[in-house]
Amino acid sequence: MSQTIATPPTVRLDSDVIGKPINRTDGPAKVSGAAKYAAEFGVTGPLWYGYIVNSPVAKGKITKIHADEVLAIQGVHKVFSHENVPSFAWFDRAYKDDVAPGGSPFRPLHEPEIMFSQQPVVLVVAETFELARYAASVLRIEYDVEEHNTDLNSVIGEAFDAPRGKTGFVPPPKPKGDMNKAFAEAPHKVAGEYIHRAQHHNPMEMFATTVDWLGDGKKMKIYDKTQGAPNVQQYLAKIFGLSTDEARVISKFTGGGFGSGLRPQYQVFLAVMAALELEHSIRVVMTRSQMFSFGHRPHTLQKLRIATDEQGHIQALEHKALAETSHFENATETVVNWSGILYNSPNTNFDYQLSKIDVFTPLDMRAPGAATGNFASESAIDEMAYKAGLDPLDFRLLNYTYTDPTENKPFTSKRLDDCLHEGAARFGWDQRNPEPRSMRDGNLLVGWGVASGCWDASMQKAAAKAVLSADGHLTVSSATNDQGAGTYVIMTQMAAQTLGLPMEQVTFNLGDTEMPAAPVQGGSWTANSVGAAVQNACQEVGKKLLKLAQKMDNSPLDGVDFEDAQFVDGHIRANEDITRSVAIEDILAASGESKIEAEGKAGPNPINMLKYSMHSHNAAFVEVKVDEDLGTIHVTRVVNAVAAGRILNPKTARSQVLGGTVWGLSMALMEETYLNNDLGRYMNHNYAEYHIPVNADIHKIDVIFVEEEDDIASPIGVKGVGEIGMLGVAAAIANAVYHATGKRVRELPLTSDKLL
Amino acid sequence: MSLHFIQEPLDKMPPAVVPTQPVTLNVNGQDQTIQIAPWTSLLDALREYMDLTGTKKGCDHGQCGACTVLVNGKRINSCLALATVYQGKKIETIEGLGAEDNLSPLQQAFVDHDAFQCGYCTPGQICSAQGLINEGRCKTEDEVREHMSGNLCRCGAYTNILSAVMEVLHDGQVVVDNGTLVTIPAQPTKSSSVS
Repeated sequence: MSQTIATPPTVRLDSDVIGKPINRTDGPAKVSGAAKYAAEFGVTGPLWYGYIVNSPVAKGKITKIHADEVLAIQGVHKVFSHENVPSFAWFDRAYKDDVAPGGSPFRPLHEPEIMFSQQPVVLVVAETFELARYAASVLRIEYDVEEHNTDLNSVIGEAFDAPRGKTGFVPPPKPKGDMNKAFAEAPHKVAGEYIHRAQHHNPMEMFATTVDWLGDGKKMKIYDKTQGAPNVQQYLAKIFGLSTDEARVISKFTGGGFGSGLRPQYQVFLAVMAALELEHSIRVVMTRSQMFSFGHRPHTLQKLRIATDEQGHIQALEHKALAETSHFENATETVVNWSGILYNSPNTNFDYQLSKIDVFTPLDMRAPGAATGNFASESAIDEMAYKAGLDPLDFRLLNYTYTDPTENKPFTSKRLDDCLHEGAARFGWDQRNPEPRSMRDGNLLVGWGVASGCWDASMQKAAAKAVLSADGHLTVSSATNDQGAGTYVIMTQMAAQTLGLPMEQVTFNLGDTEMPAAPVQGGSWTANSVGAAVQNACQEVGKKLLKLAQKMDNSPLDGVDFEDAQFVDGHIRANEDITRSVAIEDILAASGESKIEAEGKAGPNPINMLKYSMHSHNAAFVEVKVDEDLGTIHVTRVVNAVAAGRILNPKTARSQVLGGTVWGLSMALMEETYLNNDLGRYMNHNYAEYHIPVNADIHKIDVIFVEEEDDIASPIGVKGVGEIGMLGVAAAIANAVYHATGKRVRELPLTSDKLL
Repeated sequence: MSLHFIQEPLDKMPPAVVPTQPVTLNVNGQDQTIQIAPWTSLLDALREYMDLTGTKKGCDHGQCGACTVLVNGKRINSCLALATVYQGKKIETIEGLGAEDNLSPLQQAFVDHDAFQCGYCTPGQICSAQGLINEGRCKTEDEVREHMSGNLCRCGAYTNILSAVMEVLHDGQVVVDNGTLVTIPAQPTKSSSVS
């Protein structure tokens, strides 16, 4: 069913583009190789290449760099290290990006001290890529090695409460009632410990920067892989003392991010530093191995305790987590709050702490914190349902809450119950025999599991500009990002819908710091924030058009307010009488204007945020088939039902949920970065040994969108779908494995050794 | 405790000049001569010397398939291929399959089925799928899943990639497991709903 945006006045017409499954406008560029990623832009003049060398030790100090040996090779121009990189900004503050956690950000090539294995220590610059790589491979570096500690289990006793302050981090909710007493007295109870280790984002495109040295003072075009060009620009401007004119950051296409591109990564620092020092165009591309040398989803230890009364009503809920962070920053995620948002309990206790080890600072990774906490809490809820003698689906409905218990606020909208009902119907849940080990397919054990999830529906400040040219073409721009989410197409739809123009007459541009500012693409807030800014910019153009229309002789729109006008099929019409209509092209021709332009802004509504809890929800249903002799688990069927407000484009939104589902499966069954504590080093730093799903691992995935009307969470009714699809999936798989085998596995990934 | 770590000394000092040589490659029907080191990979030759950046580098180790190109119609990982070895062979890259304004049926199917998100693995997926079609072995969904499993997609677009390949493989028809050809609708959203 088609949907329209709330303002301008709702009209449901065939010409509506919002809510329709429209192909990506950037699709043809992506399938033909024409889409340019950061390492693919040409430069003015010759291009030099930088190759990064990383530390093989986890802690210590560089004592010697034999740079002279490689500088003797013809075509090798420079070996940058702490020995010759000038001191830039004095204070830590300059190195802080928009989404940095508390602490002292890592300064590449600043000091001889080594703080983590794979720390970048040298940039070799040469005339070709092959030459830079070769020189880097033969460069000798000496280190004094100190004792490191990368074992989280050994520093549990040093845990401290996670400090506040990072964007998106919500401290644990305050305790309620008497958790210990309620738990002790309850008839049904479960307690468990849950573990997952580090995971690395590994977008397909490796981090890369091409700096085009324009030969005009310090002016540069900096093509960077990032989820937010403005964040990179302000980081570079502060460190190197550059103006926004000098450091223009461009990011037209981003080959995946999943959080890894939220913060500027070290290759952009190195490339810009080298360009400034050498006054030359330069390209620096990380290797796949180097993609394991910075932020990651942190290794986390969790403890859950849940208890119910005789009928299965939750009486006690406790969720505690301990996560790793680096010695130089305090990375925080919202891990334990989610169970408290999904279920109401009169007695609760939540706790979230950090301990420091010798690794790089963890970094938000798809559904940060929620994916971690949700696996543990939804596994525990499943276990609790069995203890209470209830079906896991019925148990969730029995303990359903219509208000957010952590803040005692109503939800702006919450149709998780419909997600559970519709998902169950599509999946065929009523055919499930609740007894573990009761369902079989030949020699395979069959298990069906369910879990639900929630994520923030949030907005950030964003701006956009709309320009309607005399030929009737509308160009809208915002310095936002498209890491694959579909920003290009949904913003084009938003603009086309607002001014009633066909899609072909609208172009949306993004990823350039010369455009109006937008936040980093993360937190599922882009569709909501940038979408509202695009709508506002187009409405401002619409208001100007209406005024111009009213200046025309015998204007049929005389006396019509903007609120009483509609923009449909290239016309402005009066709501009351749609025959009172003027074609936009006629308005443009009569006005004599060469273009009509306007900026629009959007941001969170602080009053609504105080009054309401804003969340998207989902319910994931999973079928697994387990070969008990081999310990292999195959996910044969998934139904993922999502309630995330209005869906702007069901084709691209569905893809987001499909991707999230694959991520959940990957987290459940495959992903783990092995940290060798003797070496203090991640060992499987390549795609062959860091396992993610391939095509043959993925079978049928059904996506259901349960529509919500919600004009409080967002002026355009959108909650975002980037993270929500991942939630529930990992727990539903673990719950299905329990149903299949009778084994409750609380440690991810759920590899065959844990079943045998 | 303090240790001193020194990388192994070199057997000999690096050469003062790294040699290069002219290499002529036939890419998308055109010969082009470039001056490269003998160990330059076909992938780097395409991307860094011929401005054919449609072919992607995802790992440089033959582990992800993003660099897949067709050589005499067969799919290979161009990151594991030395450019010089491929002189005199017909190399086809994503740019040769179809342009932005003139897409091949496979490229169009990828757009229609939303068989990508970030787009970075996509040229490799499409070249690999074209190679799979050229091979003529795969008929069922399970076979295509298996034979497309050398190409990683971190965005998780696998089900849509499968739909796109199946559509072109059987020219709008899909083989179900019992071997009967069944026509599928053009829109891939049959399993999603907006209620």
